[in-house]
Amino acid sequence: MSAQTPILDIKNLSVHFRVYGGVLKVLDGIDFHVFPGEKVGLVGETGCGKTTTMKAILRVLPTPPAVIPNGEILFKGQNVLKMSERKLLDMRGQGISMIFQDPTSALNPVFTIGQQLEAVIRHASPQNHRLSRSAIEQRARLALREVALADPDRLLNSYPIQLSGGMRQRVCIGMALSTDPELLIADEPGTALDVTIQDQVLRLLQRLVDEKQKSVILITHTLGIVRQTTDRVYVMYAGNMVEVAPTKRLFAKPAHPYTQGLMAAVPRLSGGGISEGIPGRIPSYMNPPVGCRFHTRCPYAMPVCERLKPPVFTVDDEAHQVACFLYDAPDKVQAYKQEQVAV
Amino acid sequence: MSGDVVLRVENLKKHFVVGHTGVIHREPITVKAVDGVSFEIRRGETFGIVGESGSGKSTIAYITMGMYLPTSGTITYDGRDLFAEKKRPIGLKKEIQIVFQDPGSSLNPRQSIKQILELPLRIHNPHANRLEEVIRLLDLVDLPPEYMHKYPRQLSGGERQIVAIARALATNPSVVVLDEPTSALDVSVQGKVLNLLIRLQRELGLTYMFITHDLSVMRNLASRVAIMYLGRIAEVAATEQFFSNPQHPYTQMLLSSIPVISEEEEKLKPAKVVSTGEIPSPVNLPKGCSFHTRCPYVMDVCKRVDPVMVDVGQRGGHIARCHLFEQPPEVAQQAEAVAASQEGA
Ligand SMILES: Nc1ncnc2c1ncn2[C@@H]1O[C@H](COP(=O)(O)OP(=O)(O)OP(=O)(O)O)[C@@H](O)[C@H]1O
Ligand SMILES: Nc1ncnc2c1ncn2[C@@H]1O[C@H](COP(=O)(O)OP(=O)(O)OP(=O)(O)O)[C@@H](O)[C@H]1O
Ligand code: SF4
Ligand code: SF4
Ligand SMILES: [Mg+2]
Ligand SMILES: [Mg+2]
Repeated sequence: MSAQTPILDIKNLSVHFRVYGGVLKVLDGIDFHVFPGEKVGLVGETGCGKTTTMKAILRVLPTPPAVIPNGEILFKGQNVLKMSERKLLDMRGQGISMIFQDPTSALNPVFTIGQQLEAVIRHASPQNHRLSRSAIEQRARLALREVALADPDRLLNSYPIQLSGGMRQRVCIGMALSTDPELLIADEPGTALDVTIQDQVLRLLQRLVDEKQKSVILITHTLGIVRQTTDRVYVMYAGNMVEVAPTKRLFAKPAHPYTQGLMAAVPRLSGGGISEGIPGRIPSYMNPPVGCRFHTRCPYAMPVCERLKPPVFTVDDEAHQVACFLYDAPDKVQAYKQEQVAV
Repeated sequence: MSGDVVLRVENLKKHFVVGHTGVIHREPITVKAVDGVSFEIRRGETFGIVGESGSGKSTIAYITMGMYLPTSGTITYDGRDLFAEKKRPIGLKKEIQIVFQDPGSSLNPRQSIKQILELPLRIHNPHANRLEEVIRLLDLVDLPPEYMHKYPRQLSGGERQIVAIARALATNPSVVVLDEPTSALDVSVQGKVLNLLIRLQRELGLTYMFITHDLSVMRNLASRVAIMYLGRIAEVAATEQFFSNPQHPYTQMLLSSIPVISEEEEKLKPAKVVSTGEIPSPVNLPKGCSFHTRCPYVMDVCKRVDPVMVDVGQRGGHIARCHLFEQPPEVAQQAEAVAASQEGA
């Protein structure tokens, strides 16, 4: 798989927000890529920058306040950040679809589900534009059936308020799939779904990628879903990519102290109570900690972590990478730790 | 299993009219969002409600809060009918509070945290020293007092949810309805919020009606669990029983679909019951058992006769609504005969 060129390739991307009182340095030089047909997971604490990254890809970040001081985003070899308005519309219509996190605000309350879904399908491509009304309606019905929504006729004529949260979420998923995208970005697609339907929707996504060689980026706080559905996982903390690994390996042997803390916080089916979570809170983006952004909460922090930003090190092999000084060459790690004793 | 009953829900129904059929024989089209639900919540417990999206969980929550009137059926609080009077008396209102799923939209963005927390005090406790009360509430949920000057957008999702919890506690309620209070939060922040809820329950003797999709959270938090499917309860059991000995086919499907993060938990799940079939439309419920379109054990009787709730546990308190458990089998046969004769008539 790695012999292929990625369909999406993000290099050294930073995103800042200019706000009252200063600059929020949110994304801090991240690297991220997706191969054709690959299912990639993206996890990390609330506010770590996952949605910001996806909005940057689609170029829907509000500017101002957003600024992109450095980095490039290549979609099928073309730099999204330099694309013409026309190309951008094509990319959003047919190249990439995104399921947004909040299904309530993604749907317009004053239009019926049918009106909204049909508009999305019609504007997806010039060919669709020429389709008859009934053909479009037919595709809208199909889109709803694909996400296990019964009674599409009632739904097409319903307003968002008349549906339960989970039904709205499935409508959004159906909408994103209706344009037959090459890359699907799903931002928390399952939160409102019960696990049996979640399972069905995720299997649907899986079938879509497998059959049609589509790529998926899955963002979720439910680590179990990531474990079940993805090939590779990126872990993000406070605007940095701190770890990437094939999914099996990440769950069997999380390397970064933050990833380890995250895994420990997941409520277990085996009981044992609810964990207190990782102590402390995500740092301010106005004055992010110097060095490793996790050092204020890391149980293994060493003096070097407060001085330098950790580069990426390899765990076992190239596929598993982690940005943490604990994975530097053994003699160096020894030296870091001794420095701590000396202080 | 100690504790007296605080909240008793009896044969609760809520049907929404969502449209009308044809022009000549105009019949209302109704969604049976809640269709004959009964359960009891005991003082100091955490009663969990899990279920399919659209199964009516929020509708039960809203009826309990008085935001909707039931179509039929009752809810009593400490023996008092919540719907005896047209407008719920203030003294009764203060006893039951709610925390909504979405911390973003449930707080007024134009009000400071202080104003948000003062509002319920104005209504329910007009003589209290408001500033002192606001500080007390913030302290109760572990937020520093200077947070009262912040606005919702300046808080993280977790902090906003914590403010919503503080607001719910402003009236000193005895029952708190938690409608997916942490589903918008990441696991680490969720841990903080849930631990806060556990501590508050212990300190203040609160009773929780806890609605969630996350069965792993339910496992660690609820004392008893009810499973809903299409407006009805399929199974109720003590949490231990529910996870170690699930009875209803839907529960088994649900438990076998839980996404987990380790092989160890994978082994605790029942054998995989692949989720298939469409969820029937709530305006057009199938005859008989409403789960029959997706049930791997479906029998003939299931397509005609609605099963009744029966005891399935050894020690009582474990009930399920499924023909597989109706003992003796003659009962099911009789029911079928009745259904057949009605069809013939
Ligand atoms: N338009 C904006 N103006 C100012 N700050 C912003 C803006 N958009 C995002 N941010 C900030 O950037 C940070 C990252 O936000 P983002 O929405 O990407 O987080 P996330 O990882 O998707 O979190 P969650 O898991 O809660 O969805 C947050 O601190 C947020 O407040
Ligand atoms: N005001 C309303 N008007 C018409 N139909 C409604 C209304 N509120 C809810 N419904 C319908 O009632 C059913 C139950 O909705 P409810 O919101 O209670 O489900 P839920 O179990 O909370 O679902 P979720 O897990 O998705 O939040 C759904 O079919 C929904 O479309
Ligand atoms: S670099 Fe240092 S502070 Fe950062 S995660 Fe590794 S040990 Fe902890
Ligand atoms: S009554 Fe029949 S269809 Fe319904 S759950 Fe039981 S076995 Fe399945
Ligand atoms: Mg997000
Ligand atoms: Mg709900």
